[in-house]
Amino acid sequence: MTAGTDEVLSFDEAIEKYDPVLGFEVHVELNTRTKMFSSAPNAFGDVPNTNVTPVDLGLPGVLPVVNGVAVESAIKIGLALNCSIAEKCYFARKNYFYPDTPKNFQTSQFEDPIAYDGHIDIELADGTVFRVEIERAHMEEDAGKLTHMGGSTGRIQGAEFSLVDYNRAGVPLIEIVTKPIEGAGARAPELAKAYVAAIREIVKNLGVSDARMERGNVRCDANVSLRPYGQEKFGTRTETKNVNSLRAVEHAVRYEIQRHAAVLDTGTPILQETRHWHEDTRSTTSGRPKSDADDYRYFPEPDLVPVVTNEAWIEKLRAELPEPPAERRKRLQADWGYSDAEFRDVVNAGVMSSIEDTVAAGVSAAVARKWWMGEISRRAKLADVEPAELGVTPELIVELNALIESGKINDKLSRDVLDGVLAGEGTPAEVVEKRGLAVVSDDGPLLEAIDGALAAQPDVADKIRGGKVQAVGAIVGGVMKATRGQADAGRVRELILQRLGVEG
Amino acid sequence: MAEINRDDVAHLARLAHIDMTDEELDRMAGELAVIVDSIKTVSEVAGDDVPATSHPIPLSNVFREDVVGETLSNEEALLGAPDNADGRFKVPAILDGE
Repeated sequence: MTAGTDEVLSFDEAIEKYDPVLGFEVHVELNTRTKMFSSAPNAFGDVPNTNVTPVDLGLPGVLPVVNGVAVESAIKIGLALNCSIAEKCYFARKNYFYPDTPKNFQTSQFEDPIAYDGHIDIELADGTVFRVEIERAHMEEDAGKLTHMGGSTGRIQGAEFSLVDYNRAGVPLIEIVTKPIEGAGARAPELAKAYVAAIREIVKNLGVSDARMERGNVRCDANVSLRPYGQEKFGTRTETKNVNSLRAVEHAVRYEIQRHAAVLDTGTPILQETRHWHEDTRSTTSGRPKSDADDYRYFPEPDLVPVVTNEAWIEKLRAELPEPPAERRKRLQADWGYSDAEFRDVVNAGVMSSIEDTVAAGVSAAVARKWWMGEISRRAKLADVEPAELGVTPELIVELNALIESGKINDKLSRDVLDGVLAGEGTPAEVVEKRGLAVVSDDGPLLEAIDGALAAQPDVADKIRGGKVQAVGAIVGGVMKATRGQADAGRVRELILQRLGVEG
Repeated sequence: MAEINRDDVAHLARLAHIDMTDEELDRMAGELAVIVDSIKTVSEVAGDDVPATSHPIPLSNVFREDVVGETLSNEEALLGAPDNADGRFKVPAILDGE
């Protein structure tokens, strides 16, 4: 793979000298059943060139017809981004020659996008809110997938030929374009990541996209330019294409800021061009020159009639919108009484919805958090899956918690019970029974174990008798070991102190 | 009054990937100029109160239900392709067209 050989400035130095301006084009694939203009299935991973109709292949004489659900999804995205919705808009042909479109044009929108002039408030990790203005969101179709063959690297350089699969051609896309984002300064890379994360969250929450970045459902082109502080005019921008993970978005913006700064420092102008992102080297390489006057010869698509909206339709769709993710988070944090740090950890661990369900099932927010952030997250990490994928249901947590609260098991034993339940041994109560996991509450066996532990550590026993009550931990440990954790540690402590005649 | 000159035609030909000789460019510039001038007479009739119209038929919101319909088989899809491999259309490697 091509390593970036460009000079870069350190990020701190770059930001000290130059004011970064960002801009994003995020493409969102909708999860409609069918394509934007044909009734072919919109599905991922099928046999190549089977989810195609004559419309998708651009065969002569075909007539595209707009997917009504896709239009409603586009309007919902527009509303969620606080956009105005066009009263009337058209489709347009964007003409270019490349085998990813068999028609030699992409059906898109040009002068009149369905949604325009919106904004979203992006919350950064420390709680700072940054408003990003949305220029437009328009409807278009995805292109086919090219695989470059021959050559040594699988990249297009040196390829002998390319193979094309048109299953993706015509999949509904919404392209969301920001206005230039100024004033992010050193936080530009963080903002970039947070912005794309917010878009992904919004479309997922709306239910209009599967929003899986690893499948290309959400793809980002990141524009970066630098200018001296205080200068109003934007610098020359580069557009880094297809940066397709949140981490990559952050790294790509950071890298381009550093690279631009190094170029500008030598007194050379930035070349306006597209850049390719390389995850392995975390750098970009030059793509093709790009001018603002790229001539795609847009013209109105004669085969598609305009989309006309009205207030009743828009308000009906608005009423169907789910609670916005940011507001939902605010509400849940207030309901649960978590600190900012606790709540952020919960969100980052991806267990907010699980906790919500668990609280609804009947335990306190504190208990739900203890389980999802503790034992379940630990297991998820070991298994390298998402916590929600472990199969732990809210009802299971409620039952385990009830067993703990009744004193039948303790925290430590509850993990063994969870093991048993996940291994299919039955309900928590059944597992306690079968595995003999109940807490030893009869003092008889406990006293026996205590005497054993005291005899094994006479020096510790003497210390405790001498008033060093904190030394009792060593004896408690010995008892817990002897009872294989099945004792109530608090009760054990009490009994030891009683045995030695010491006031706790 | 030619609205289209030879450079415009050369530019369009390049965008459309059409090879044209000098002679063809000259001829086409002349022919297109006549067409453009003819169409210009329309704007003499249509005043400022007539908006540019791309769709003359008063029809809007022609939508399709989101229901999967018939598709081509892989064999059918590839039937008209000059070349194919591995169930896919085989095309010359083109450097970064889009």
